[in-house]
Amino acid sequence: MTIAVKPTQTGEPLFYLADEHPHPEGYSTSLGFWIYLMSDCLIFAILFATFGVLGASYAAGPAPKDLFDLSLVAVNTSMLLLSSITYGFAMLTMQQNRIGQTQMWLAITGLFGAAFIGIELTEFAHMIHEGATPQRSAFLSAFFTLVGTHGLHVTCGLIWLVTLMVQVWKFGLIEANRRRLMCLSMFWHFLDVVWIGVFTFVYLLGVLR
Amino acid sequence: MNTDTHATAAGQHHHDNQSHGTLSTYMLGFVLSVVLTAIPFWLVMSGALPSKQITALVIMAFAVVQIVVHMIYFLHMNTTSENGWSMMALIFTIVMVVIALSGSLWVMNHLNANMMPIHEMSGMK
Repeated sequence: MTIAVKPTQTGEPLFYLADEHPHPEGYSTSLGFWIYLMSDCLIFAILFATFGVLGASYAAGPAPKDLFDLSLVAVNTSMLLLSSITYGFAMLTMQQNRIGQTQMWLAITGLFGAAFIGIELTEFAHMIHEGATPQRSAFLSAFFTLVGTHGLHVTCGLIWLVTLMVQVWKFGLIEANRRRLMCLSMFWHFLDVVWIGVFTFVYLLGVLR
Repeated sequence: MNTDTHATAAGQHHHDNQSHGTLSTYMLGFVLSVVLTAIPFWLVMSGALPSKQITALVIMAFAVVQIVVHMIYFLHMNTTSENGWSMMALIFTIVMVVIALSGSLWVMNHLNANMMPIHEMSGMK
C-alpha cells in the first residue's frame, strides 16, 4: 500500500486515489438529506396517483363541491406561505449570527405552522362531523390519506423546529446546529412545494370538477 | 464568522459551497408565490374563465410555475450545488414521479372503462 501510493518517478499514472482524504463532519449531509426528500417525493407521488385514480369515486357520497370551503383553504395556504418566508428570514439572520432574531423568526414560523395544522384539523373535524369520514367513499379515503400525510409531515416539522430551538438556545449557533437548521429549511420548503400540488389538484380541481 | 472553535477551514469551505439566498431573492420568491397562488384561487372562486377545462389547464400551469419558483428561490436549486448531484437526483425523481402518475392514471382509466359492466351502465355515473 505504502509503495503504491508513492508518486511514480517514471510518470506512470495512478488509477486510484492515493489516500482517502478525510471529510469534515457533515460533509455529505445536505446531499443525503436532499436524497431523502426526493424519496419522500415518491411517497407523495403515489398518494397523488391514488387520489387521481379514486378522486371521482364518491360512492353517492359528498363530492368536493359539497365539502371544501375554498376561502378556508386560501387562508391555510397563506399560513404555509408565510411560514416559508419567515423560515427564510431565520436562515438569513442565522448567517449573520444574530441568534436572538433567528430564534424569533423560528418561533414565528412555528406559530404559522401550528395555525396551518389547526385550520386543517378544524376542516377534518368539520368533515367527519358531517359524515364525510375516510370510510365513506374511495374519494374520501384518498383525500384523508394524501392531505393527512402532508399534515403529519408538517407536524413532524413542528416537533423538529421546537427541538432545534431548544438546541440553539442551549448550544448556540454552532456548526452542527447550522447544519440541522439548513436540513429543516429544505424539509419545510419541500412541504410547501407538496402543498402547491395539494391545493391545486385536490381542492381547486376538485371544486372545479 | 463562527463562534465554534471546532469549525475547521474545511468545514467552512463546504459551507460556502452551499448556495444561500439573500433577502432580495427570498422576497422575490415570496411575492411571486403569493401572486401565483392568488390567481388560481381567484380563477376558481370567481369562475372568470368561461370553460372549466381551460381553467383547469391554467391553474395546473400556475402550479408548475410556482413549484419551479419555490425550487429556485426557497430550496436554492441550481445545476452546480453538490457538483450537480442534487440536480441529478431531482431529475431522476421527476422521471419516476411522471411515470408513476401518468402510468397509474392511464392504466386505471382504461381498466375502469373496460371493466364497466354493461347491464349496469345506466346505473353508474
